[in-house]
Amino acid sequence: MAIIAARRLTKKYGNLIAVNEIDFSVEEGEIFGFLGPNGAGKTTTINMLTGLARITGGEVMIDGVDCVREVKNVQSIIGVVPDESNLYDELSGLENLAFCAGLYGIPRGEGIKRGQRLLKQFDLADAGNKPFRTYSKGMKRKLTIAAGIIHRPRILFLDEPTTGIDVVSARKIRNLILDLNSGGATIFLTTHYIEEAERLCSRVAFIVEGTIRHLDTVENLLEQAREDNILEFVLSNNRVLDWEFLQKKFPENQVEVKGNRLRIHTTKPVGLKPFIDRFTEMDCEVFEARLVRPTLEDVLIKITGLDTSGLKEVWGE
Amino acid sequence: MKTWIAFSSILKKDMSTYYLKPPNISWGIIFPLAWALMFFIRTGEPMDIRGILPGIMGLSVLFGTTSMLAVTITFERRRDSFNRLLLAPIDLNLLMLAKTGGAIIFGVANGFVPVLIASFLADLAGVNWAGVFSGVLLISITSTFMGLFIAVAVREVFEAQTFSNFFRFPMIFLCGLFIPLSTLPFWLRPLSYILPLTYGADLLRESINGEGIFHPGFSLVMLFAFALGLFLFSIRNVKRKWID
Repeated sequence: MAIIAARRLTKKYGNLIAVNEIDFSVEEGEIFGFLGPNGAGKTTTINMLTGLARITGGEVMIDGVDCVREVKNVQSIIGVVPDESNLYDELSGLENLAFCAGLYGIPRGEGIKRGQRLLKQFDLADAGNKPFRTYSKGMKRKLTIAAGIIHRPRILFLDEPTTGIDVVSARKIRNLILDLNSGGATIFLTTHYIEEAERLCSRVAFIVEGTIRHLDTVENLLEQAREDNILEFVLSNNRVLDWEFLQKKFPENQVEVKGNRLRIHTTKPVGLKPFIDRFTEMDCEVFEARLVRPTLEDVLIKITGLDTSGLKEVWGE
Repeated sequence: MKTWIAFSSILKKDMSTYYLKPPNISWGIIFPLAWALMFFIRTGEPMDIRGILPGIMGLSVLFGTTSMLAVTITFERRRDSFNRLLLAPIDLNLLMLAKTGGAIIFGVANGFVPVLIASFLADLAGVNWAGVFSGVLLISITSTFMGLFIAVAVREVFEAQTFSNFFRFPMIFLCGLFIPLSTLPFWLRPLSYILPLTYGADLLRESINGEGIFHPGFSLVMLFAFALGLFLFSIRNVKRKWID
């Protein structure tokens, strides 16, 4: 059963259409990924679903309740973790959690108990009595997530939960998200880290310029790119790459480079040897050459034709 | 019950985080002392403490509430923590009342600091304390809601400060706190009558010295009307600007 159902959801700011008649539904108990580059409309969509932004057109039902007419009823069953850690610097971690519990009508004693349990679960027990301002970025993110779930919401909106934090903290947060989901929470996750969506989500929607370009299960999306062959070369440098040769060899294919890695997308099987020989001739040592499995990122590029969030330089376009 | 818990959580948090901090408590004590000293230096004679008491009380409340609320709300808006409150399942009117409640209490406390000081220096017999309390409370409520109006109108903390002064300083001279309304040029008087502090100051003067120009009941009605009007207007603007 769909716990979130959006139909022709639209948001306009004057003449600017931030979100343009999008349709989607989220099933109870799933982790739904909402992917897109910066400025695509992810946060605006979350704001409309949670009551922080007025809906210009369309409708949203959350657990069968109209998001516009009964926004306060909707807010009682959702938790929101914004993209910026927005707790109170002056309060300690535990005080912040108890305060957030209070906002949902949970008595202070119960809020403190739940806060202590969450601090322990999130490896923050030692920092519970320290002011929030003294926390590291990763600790702040974890406490902000804890604040979002202290009232045990049925649906959790996570806006870019791992942006700007170190790899170890990001990994811990991903595990926490999986734990929360296995505890029964439905999770609506926005991210521009495609690997994150691939690891966590059952279904993903790609939003670009306010429009959903594609929505499917991760398996189905990957299936679409399974016919693609991706050759990846790890080279000693990328300064000597022969543009003429590459463009001649693959006039209709996408060639991309990330540092000293060269990737060639092709639908036909291609032997590695001519490439290795060519690079060797050019005094460019080949450290590694392999066929790689397409990732969700590759699917995104294929479907949208986008250079994903400026993460890559795409050649041949 | 849940609503009351949410309301009191916001109120208690604001009191402990903002209003009960030592700098704000010292502000509440130093501000009226500074104004009293200014009058003493100006006249160079023994002061008519009861005479200047309504004015100093009114100013203490006005300055203690408007900028405090405007600054704290703007500060929370800037760092997005205010969104946390907007996301809570609590009615917006009640949320804003909880948010302003701390400033109102702070304003009332500030208003009685001059009374406490005056009680050691002058005979306060015959003061209508019910009238004084009503006056201080309603000045505090209207000034706080004026702070809310300012908070909704600005984006930056420094704008909240400067915009507060834009309202406050003209009020000092136009609301009859220190300059009787009868001595103001006739073309300025209409401006005095649209300022809530005019009625609050008059209520205090009537309650302390029996020198009001309006009937206390009329002043109370006007203050209620200003409070309600400012609150509803601010809530409308909150919905329009902050839930965009």
